[in-house]
Amino acid sequence: MAYVAIADRDAPIHDPHTFIEKYIWSQDHKVIAIQYSIVAIFVGLVALVLSGLMRLQLGFPDSFHFVDPNQYYQFITMHGMIMVIYLLTALFLGGFGNFLIPLMCGSRDMVFPYMNMLSFWVYLLAVIVLLASFFVQGGPTGAGWTLYPPQAVLPGTPGAGLGIILMLVSLGIFIVAFTMGGLNYVTTVLQARCRGMTLMRMPLSVWGIFVATILGLLAFPALFVSAIMMTLDGTLGTSFFMPALSSMGQAPEHDGGSPLLFQHLFWFFGHPEVYIVALPAFGIVSDLLATHARKNIFGYRMMVWAILAIGGLSFVVWAHHMYVSGMNPYFGFFFATTTLIIAVPTAIKVYNWVLTLWKGDIHLTVPMLFAIGFIFTFVHGGLTGLFLGNVTVDLPLSDTYFVVGHFHMVMGVSPVLVVFGAIYHWYPKLTGRMWDDRLGRIHFWLTFLGTYAIYLPMHYLGILGVPRRYYALGETEFLPQSVHTVNAAITIAALVVAASVVIFLYNMIVSLWRGEKSPPNPWKATTLEWQTPDTPAKHGNWGPRLPEVHRWAYDYSVPGAPDDFIPQNVPVDSRYATGTGHHG
Amino acid sequence: MAHDAHAAALPPLKQVAADFGGDKQSFQVPWGKAMMWIFLLSDTFIFTCFLTGYMHVRISTMESWPNPSQVFALHMFGQDIPLILIAIMTFVLITSSGTMALAVNYGYRKDRRNTVLLLCATAALGATFVGMQAFEWTKLIMEGVRPWENPWGAPQFGSSFFMITGFHGCHVTAGVIYLLVTAKRVGSGFYDRKGSYETVEVAGLYWHFVDLVWVFIFAFFYLW
Ligand code: HEM
Ligand SMILES: [Cu+2]
Repeated sequence: MAYVAIADRDAPIHDPHTFIEKYIWSQDHKVIAIQYSIVAIFVGLVALVLSGLMRLQLGFPDSFHFVDPNQYYQFITMHGMIMVIYLLTALFLGGFGNFLIPLMCGSRDMVFPYMNMLSFWVYLLAVIVLLASFFVQGGPTGAGWTLYPPQAVLPGTPGAGLGIILMLVSLGIFIVAFTMGGLNYVTTVLQARCRGMTLMRMPLSVWGIFVATILGLLAFPALFVSAIMMTLDGTLGTSFFMPALSSMGQAPEHDGGSPLLFQHLFWFFGHPEVYIVALPAFGIVSDLLATHARKNIFGYRMMVWAILAIGGLSFVVWAHHMYVSGMNPYFGFFFATTTLIIAVPTAIKVYNWVLTLWKGDIHLTVPMLFAIGFIFTFVHGGLTGLFLGNVTVDLPLSDTYFVVGHFHMVMGVSPVLVVFGAIYHWYPKLTGRMWDDRLGRIHFWLTFLGTYAIYLPMHYLGILGVPRRYYALGETEFLPQSVHTVNAAITIAALVVAASVVIFLYNMIVSLWRGEKSPPNPWKATTLEWQTPDTPAKHGNWGPRLPEVHRWAYDYSVPGAPDDFIPQNVPVDSRYATGTGHHG
Repeated sequence: MAHDAHAAALPPLKQVAADFGGDKQSFQVPWGKAMMWIFLLSDTFIFTCFLTGYMHVRISTMESWPNPSQVFALHMFGQDIPLILIAIMTFVLITSSGTMALAVNYGYRKDRRNTVLLLCATAALGATFVGMQAFEWTKLIMEGVRPWENPWGAPQFGSSFFMITGFHGCHVTAGVIYLLVTAKRVGSGFYDRKGSYETVEVAGLYWHFVDLVWVFIFAFFYLW
C-alpha cells in the first residue's frame, strides 16, 4: 500500500518567512503548542489567584472584606471551570498534544496545520469571552462549575443575567476550538505516523493524548447541547431545564422542563472530562518514569489496553455524580458497579508504574520527582474515589469537603504535578535551555508537601460535615472549634503553594536567557522528539528525511547494548535484544 | 514485525489488528476523509444529545404534546393534508442524496462537467429544502408558535422544534456553501491538477450524513 507521510505529499509544506507568520499566525504545531500553553497558564494563574482569595476568606472569615458571599460563588465557579477546561484540557491537548504528537510520531506537522492554527485563535476567543464576564454588569456567573439549572439562570444567583450567558457562549466557542484541534490530533496519530511507527510502538504519552482526544470529541457534544439549551432558557425563556417554580416570590414563566436532563447531559460530559485530563497525565507520567528510571515501562501492552478500557468505561459511570439527585436504586447499583470496575484498569496502571520503578536506576531529577509525586497524590485521590463511588457512602459525604479533598487530589493536583514534571522534562527540547535544578527542587517540595497540607485535612473536615461551597461556617453546634484552626492552617499552606508557583514561573522565564545550553537529548531518552536534527526543533521537525522507527519506545538498559538507552530510530542490532521482540 | 513476510499466516482477528495498528496509515483513505468520518462521529453525538434531550422534555412536561399531524398539516385543495410539506421536504433532501452520489461517481470518472452540474443540483435541492423550512417556520410563527409557548400545549414543543430543525437547517446551509465551494474548485480544474477528486466524496459524506440525521428528526419529531 502506498506509504504516505507529510514528506511525500505533493504540495510542499508551507514555509514561514516573516515574524508574523512564524510566531503569530503560525501553522507550526510547536508554535501553536506554545501559544496554547501560554494562554492556558495565564488563565490558570487567574484561577489560582481566585482560589487564594477564597482560601483567605475561609481561613480568616472575619478579617477580609474584599470577598462578599456573592463574589465567593463567582470565584468558586470561575476557579473550577477555568482549572478544569481552560487550563488543564487546553494545556494537555492543545499544548502537549500539539507539541508531542507530531514529534513523537515522526511527522512533520499536524495533518491540517491551517485548521490547527484556527483552533488556537478560537480558543483564545473563548478565553476572552470568559474573562469578559468579569467586567459585565452583575459579574461572572456564580452557579458553581456544574452550572446546575434552574438556579444558574434565575435572579438571585450572582451573574444570572449576562454572566451565565457569557459562560455558556464561551464554552460553546471552546468546544468548536477543541474540535478543530482534536480532529487534527486523532487523524495525525492514525494517518501520519512515520515509517515503522506501529500503534503498539507509540510512546504512552501519545496513547494517552490520543484516547483523551477521542473522549473529548464524544463527550463535549453533550456539554455543547446543554449549553445551547440553557442559553435558550436564559435568553428566550424556553423551558428545557426549567420546571414550574417560584423564585424570589415571583413565578417565572417557566413550566415543565427537567433540571435532571441537564445533570445527565452535564455529567455525560463531566465524567469523561475527568479522564480527558487524566489520560494524558497517565501517558506522560509513564514516559517520565521509564526515562528517568532507565527501565522499560512495565507491561506496555497492558498499559495501552488499560487506557482504552478506562476511556470506554468512562462513558457509563456518569450518574455517580447524581446519587443525591435521586434515582431508581437499580440505576444506583449499576453506576456504582461500573464506577468500581474502572478502578481495575486504573489500579493496573498504578501497579505498573510502581513496578517500573522497581529495581530501576532511578535518577531523582526534577521531572522524576514530580512523576513520583503524582503516583502518591493519584493513589490517595483514587482511594477516596472508591468511597464516593458507593451510593450509601456517598450520600452523607456528598457536598462536603470530603468531595473537595477527593477531586482536588485526583483531578486537580495530580494532573498539575504531571504538567509541572512534563514542562521540566520537555523544556530543553522546546527552548534549547536547561532549568535551574535547585529552584526546581524547591518548587517540587513546596508543591508536593503543600498539597498534602491543603487537601488531607479537607477529608477530615468533610467527615465532620463541613459543607462544600460555603462562604463562611459561622458558629454551629456540630462543628468543633478545631475546624476553624484547620481552615486557617489550610489557607496558609495554600498561600505557600501559590508562592511556589512564582518560583516556577521565575525559573521558567529566566532560564530562557540564563539557562545552560541544553544538549539535544539531555535525559538520554529513546523517543523520537529527542532525536531531531536541531534543538529546538525547526519547522518541519526532521530536516530533509523523516525518521524511521525500528523499535518500541522503551529500550532502556538493554543487556549488552553500549548505552543504557537505544533511540527508537536506531536499527535493530542482532547482538542484543530489543524490548519489542516478537510483537511490534 | 507484523507487516512483513509472515503477515499472511496470522489468524483473522490478529490480521485485523495488524492491519489497523501496523506500520502504515490506519485507514487506507486520504486524511481529509478520515477526518470527516471522525467529525461526523462527533456530530452524531451532538444530534443524539439533541434528540434524547427532546424526548426527555417531551416526557417530563406536564402539558399535552400537540399532535404533529395536525400542526404540520397544510390546507390544500380544500382539505387539510397532514405532513404534506414535510413529506415533500424529505423527498427533496433524499433526492439530493441521489444527485450527490452521482456527482461522486462522475468525480471518480474525472468527468468535470457532469460533476459540477450534479454538485450544483445537489446544492439547489439543499437550498430548496432550507427555503421550504423557512416557509414552515413562518407558517408556524404566524399561527402563534414561539420557542416559549404555542397555542396547543406544551411549550417544549416549540422550543425543541425551533432548536432542532434550526440546528439541522444550519447544517444544510453550511452544506450548500460547502458544495458550492467544491463545485467551484472542480470547475476551475483544481482537482484535475491534483489528480484526484476524492474531496468530492468527502463533501458527499457530509451531505449524506445531514440527510440521514434528517430521517431521524423526521421520525422522532413528526411521526411520533
Ligand atoms: C493551590 C491550588 C488550589 C486551591 C488552593 C484550590 C482551592 C479551592 C477552593 C477553596 C474551592 C472552593 C471549595 C468550596 O468552597 O466548596 C475550590 C473548588 C474547586 N476547585 Fe480548586 N483549588 C486549587 C486547585 C485546583 C485545580 C488544579 C483544579 C483542577 C481541576 C481545581 C478544581 C476545582 C473545582 C472543579 C472546584 C469546584 C468548584 C465548584 O464547587 O463549583 N482546583 N478549589
Ligand atoms: Cu465521575
